[in-house]
Amino acid sequence: MLPVEMTVNGERRRGAVDARRTLADYLREECALTGTHLGCEHGVCGACTVLLDGEAVRACLMFAVQADGAAVTTIEGLGGPDGALSPVQDAFREEHGLQCGFCTPGFVVSVTALLQENPKPSETEIREALSGNLCRCTGYQGIIGAVKRAADAR
Amino acid sequence: MSTSTAGRFVGQSVKRREDPRLVTGHGRYVDDVVLPGMLHCTFVRSDVARGRIVRVDTEAAVALDGVTAVLTAADLNPHAGEMQPTLLLATPGAPLRPLADGDVRFVGEPIVLIIASSRYVAEDAADLVEVEIDTDPAVIDVEHALDEGVPIVHPELGTNLGAEMEFPIAPELEALLAGDNVVRRTFRQHRHTPVPMETRGVVVEYEPSVGELHAWMSTQNPHEAKQAMARVTGVPAHLVRVEGHDVGGGFGQKFFTPREELTVTLAARRLGRTLKWIEDRRENLIASNHARADVAECTFALDADGRLLGTYIDHIEDAGAFPVGATGGAGALVGLLFTGPYKCALASLRTRAVWTNTCGRGAYRGPWMFETVAREQMVDAAARQIGMDPLEWRRRNVIPTAELPYTLPTGLPLDMVSPSETLEQAAEIIGYDAFRAEQRRVFTEEGRLLGIGLGLYVEPSTGMMDPMGTETAVVRVNPNGQVTVALGTGAHGQGIETTMAQVVAEELGIEYDDVTIVQGDSAVTAYGRGTGGSGTAVIAGNSCRNACAVVRAKAIEIAAHVMEAAPDDLEIVDARIAVRGTPTRSVAWSEVARIAHLETARLPEGMEVGLEATATFKAPPFSWSNACHACTVEIDRATGVVSILRYVVSEDCGVMINPMIVEGQVAGGVVQGIGGTLYEHFVYDDDGNPLTTTFMDYLLPTATEVPTIEYGHVETPSPTPGGHKGMGEGGAIGSPPAIFNAVADALALVGAIIDRTPLTPDTILDAIETQA
Repeated sequence: MLPVEMTVNGERRRGAVDARRTLADYLREECALTGTHLGCEHGVCGACTVLLDGEAVRACLMFAVQADGAAVTTIEGLGGPDGALSPVQDAFREEHGLQCGFCTPGFVVSVTALLQENPKPSETEIREALSGNLCRCTGYQGIIGAVKRAADAR
Repeated sequence: MSTSTAGRFVGQSVKRREDPRLVTGHGRYVDDVVLPGMLHCTFVRSDVARGRIVRVDTEAAVALDGVTAVLTAADLNPHAGEMQPTLLLATPGAPLRPLADGDVRFVGEPIVLIIASSRYVAEDAADLVEVEIDTDPAVIDVEHALDEGVPIVHPELGTNLGAEMEFPIAPELEALLAGDNVVRRTFRQHRHTPVPMETRGVVVEYEPSVGELHAWMSTQNPHEAKQAMARVTGVPAHLVRVEGHDVGGGFGQKFFTPREELTVTLAARRLGRTLKWIEDRRENLIASNHARADVAECTFALDADGRLLGTYIDHIEDAGAFPVGATGGAGALVGLLFTGPYKCALASLRTRAVWTNTCGRGAYRGPWMFETVAREQMVDAAARQIGMDPLEWRRRNVIPTAELPYTLPTGLPLDMVSPSETLEQAAEIIGYDAFRAEQRRVFTEEGRLLGIGLGLYVEPSTGMMDPMGTETAVVRVNPNGQVTVALGTGAHGQGIETTMAQVVAEELGIEYDDVTIVQGDSAVTAYGRGTGGSGTAVIAGNSCRNACAVVRAKAIEIAAHVMEAAPDDLEIVDARIAVRGTPTRSVAWSEVARIAHLETARLPEGMEVGLEATATFKAPPFSWSNACHACTVEIDRATGVVSILRYVVSEDCGVMINPMIVEGQVAGGVVQGIGGTLYEHFVYDDDGNPLTTTFMDYLLPTATEVPTIEYGHVETPSPTPGGHKGMGEGGAIGSPPAIFNAVADALALVGAIIDRTPLTPDTILDAIETQA
């Protein structure tokens, strides 16, 4: 077991974890933040995307110990404390950017990171930025619409 | 009974009620369920397609710290009851078993079940299990699986023919098929797989002193899962409860209850422990039901003007080793629907489901869709052969609305559809004639290959067989007037909590926000058919309507009594029951609900207390929907890459409950069809080893590959009360042949021919080079 300390959604977490424990499993099981989903566990589908010091990363490809000292934001940390949706979350709802919702946390986190870096992306930039996240339900139509809406709302 | 197409709620793009919890990460999927004392499962699976198990050594795994049990066939199989996931489809089926016993029949077949304190430990233990298998030659090529001397996949059955249906060929048809004016092609559709983003999984709790079995499962069908779990464990069905909660996609793969879920359930029952099994992606790709994998030789007989006189289809579907649900996908429907929306007097067919040593076939969004693939690709081949534009061929042969009802040559009655209108609408939106001119221009001037393709189909949804056509709704008005509706559905992305609340609010004349849908839980809902087969709008929707009609009549009777008015003079408007034409004489819906529960002395003499109703709806055998897909593509001659330029769907699903959700379903189906036609290919080598076991090899479409989808709507209400039709599967039915035809159209410019999918760059380049 190795000591690990990080800030998760603004809360400081300290503990000891197995060296091989992934960040995704740590967040889901030790922090009970089950919004970070595991769709492939090999870094392709993007469902487990979280922000690590503001950068979108795949929590299935990192060990928890690698996040030692970092600030992690999960899907649960993006909205308001009273259940208010973030602009990106709200745009996903408005544009029907989700159906089963399993891939959605990863998309919302990825889009949040995208818009922080590039507040007015072109459609091509949107599609390229989304290409690391897989959705099987929506055909991406509503997701692309949601990114445009969220960008316009900024 | 409301049939208005745009009511206060029905027909409106109401934002989904499911979304706030899902966009904030607060959904509850099966892997989010954590119970006290819960143990974790993993399977050791066969890495051989066909062979005899010589030795299974579990000693080292058993000895590992944290391992609770390592179970083999000898431990579990003798205790298993009926393993059939469903009794709905009474086909003889494969000899199912929890764990491989004596032999293995496909790569991925479970051999050992490991139960441990964590998933990490369970996988460590799996690595320690030694399995020795003597490999035998495997049956991989379905087209030769029935040949003389080929090994038998299931020795118990003695044949690789799993199911067969054949219609006799009428002499008139035989004469036509032997004539000169025939078009004959063989089309092959490759194997792909549904790939819900959430893999399968189950958590099962069984405590012997309680005797109840409680499961949380990623399922489209909690009631069928409950029945299946009862059958396999022997726990009486009334002591089994299955909950679905949020389900991360299914597309058919989670409609029936597969082997692993039943095996884990059996183990939980035997051990009296709470077990969790979450499939990983590799398992999902290699061992969750596969789909498509069809081949058919098709024949069209035409008259001199290109009119369709007769058809024959000889179809084989690859059933794999252990299909989930039926023996195959839906070969019978492939044959029965082959002539689709076209006039044709004579048809015959043969369809066979054939066992192979591969992953079993199962339902996937329009399981019978090869009828549309084969027919629509035939249409374009026929049109090209006789030198007619494929749009003109369709115009000439499509069943005109004026000639409905129309009996298909296989005897199915077709009515309340609009194939002709959707064909014209799709052609209009995509600008068919202008594209043809542009296509010729850019080919002549620049040598570029553009193509246009159509896919026209009719889709039979709803009630073909019991109990697929029946749903029961319980509409319960609380004492404050707010309404709770219980449905036996298993939503997995369709927005049923939204759409069914729209229907109920509309029918009762109350506010949408005052209606809650409870579903996905076998203990608190009446037996239901689950969610699949494009059934919810028609079947669940009308069961809600039927229950609402009873509730509304009773509420009006109460209101009439307290207002001393005649019930026939009353109507419900904006949550008030009022005298028609005199809105000032009214009583609030909430007041009626309060009287019904809490002030029962004011009820009419003899009326039962309370305000709720249970009602079922039995759908007619067919509620046909239809659509026309049109797309344009460009092929890069240097690389063989296909780019989709535009994509249009003109659809008729009758009265839409929520147009936003309808378009979302269409888009999702279309993009699965794009993936299935261009990118997704589950590949086995000649020995039956799977080669596409990760998302690096099994390629799903991403946002960079998909076009913006354009929609047209035609509305022909179905004969059922709400006027809705099934539409969830259609997007995936029309898109593969539309894309194929567009590519074939482009390749025809240089004389190149394709007859199979997937349309990978290599396939395209081969076709061009073969011609050159």
